[in-house]
Amino acid sequence: MEHGSYQDQSQATFTFTDEDHTLANSIRYILNQDPRVSFVGYSIPHPSDARVNIRVQTTGDPAREVLKDSCEDLMHLCKHVTNTFDQAVAEFKSRPKKTVTESMDIDPNNI
Amino acid sequence: MVSEKKSKKIPVWDLPDVPKGELPPHIQLQRTRVSCTFDAPTHVFTYSPVSSLIFTENIQYSGAYAAMGVDNSVRLPEFSNNFKVEVISLTEDDMEFDMIGIDASIANAFRRILIAELPTMAIEKVFIANNTSVIQDEVLSHRLGLVPLKVDPRHFNYMSEKDEPNEKNTVVFKLHARCEKGGARIKVKSNELKWLPNGSEFKLSTEKSNQDSTSKPKTYTSFGCSQDSMPEFANNPIATKHGDIILAKLGPKQEIELEAHAVKGMGKTHAKWSPVATAWYRMLPEIVLLEEIVEEKAEELVKKCPVKVFDIEDIGKGRKRATVARPRSCTLCRECIRGDDWEKLVAVRRVKDHFIFTIESTGALPPEVLFTEAVKILEDKCERVISELS
Repeated sequence: MEHGSYQDQSQATFTFTDEDHTLANSIRYILNQDPRVSFVGYSIPHPSDARVNIRVQTTGDPAREVLKDSCEDLMHLCKHVTNTFDQAVAEFKSRPKKTVTESMDIDPNNI
Repeated sequence: MVSEKKSKKIPVWDLPDVPKGELPPHIQLQRTRVSCTFDAPTHVFTYSPVSSLIFTENIQYSGAYAAMGVDNSVRLPEFSNNFKVEVISLTEDDMEFDMIGIDASIANAFRRILIAELPTMAIEKVFIANNTSVIQDEVLSHRLGLVPLKVDPRHFNYMSEKDEPNEKNTVVFKLHARCEKGGARIKVKSNELKWLPNGSEFKLSTEKSNQDSTSKPKTYTSFGCSQDSMPEFANNPIATKHGDIILAKLGPKQEIELEAHAVKGMGKTHAKWSPVATAWYRMLPEIVLLEEIVEEKAEELVKKCPVKVFDIEDIGKGRKRATVARPRSCTLCRECIRGDDWEKLVAVRRVKDHFIFTIESTGALPPEVLFTEAVKILEDKCERVISELS
């Protein structure tokens, strides 16, 4: 849900239901690095309500588009984290096999 | 040196020793490290020298250092080049890895998702047919709920209020234990929970009157097919992760007969659904000897540290010098900077973008899978926001 004005689209407050610090703080971090953003902050109005308000003010671009871009950036970041992590795990798994767990692996070519 | 320059009213970007596009070393240090001084950690919150606004943790505002010709905005290509993961240890249930070049907000998002938002299966409903043990029904049910199950939750759906329990959302276990008269007291352990791939065996009481001889009697679940005929469980029977968890103790003639129904859920509803025992991170400790520490001072320093961070090296002619041998084991107890002028000799810091991440799985999924699933969930959240905004 978006609370903004039609005249000035450069500032708006977005309400996400069923979200908390997990998403809001990540988005705040990403938006803070965007040169188009002049202010971003988030708050959880009440701890028993599962909702979070994110305030975005920009230097002119529509706040909605800037927020959307930040989500896309965060998704790309996640994809890169997954790839890097998978690589690191695969590398780690291939490493000790040659030394420690060799006896546990049954490799017909290696017997 | 910097303060001397300031007194001459030279703008900070004209400082001869700082090339444009870089920060002066002392500010760079504040930006990238938490200094653990004797009384408290500092530069956890850092000032922007430009606007004198206080930003939390790292300064992440893109224009924070603009006046000094430093672009503080981190764009994706730069992140991709700097981000690194190094696996330190990986076993069936535990994993430790270093995540380098990421912000605390993202690392914390992964941690929070691991604990509270990754689904697992856990016992939610317990049908007790008989319980003559000393442990009460509700206490026994609670204990059963906390037993970790070795089931991949990705093969199951969530069960909503109006859903009938079926083979795609429920796993049924049976427990029947009895201590015979005259026998010794027995322990009921979690390996006595037996998986029922065909669903509940308890008949619904309403069905007794109009029982149809041709169809199967109706039970508390309505399975369309047997779970052990499903390819994902055919060679991988569902059981508890640990077989040696004591559920109850029975005296002679005491008996427990029950059925436990496990469903899919998330840790934010109840901790029994949390797939991790713990997931946490800490920033990499960095210990710097500001001056050469030799002879008695060096030995004193080695003795000061309870986790043996420091070692002594021989620098020839029997002279001893202190070295930082194991900075990773530092617990930041700050013993080494206590008293006298130790704070001027040793600097204890933490690297702000280097996280030592530890995941302890409860056994439903291996820890490396848990982490990739957690990242996927954060991605899904973004996707949801994008679709809601467009």
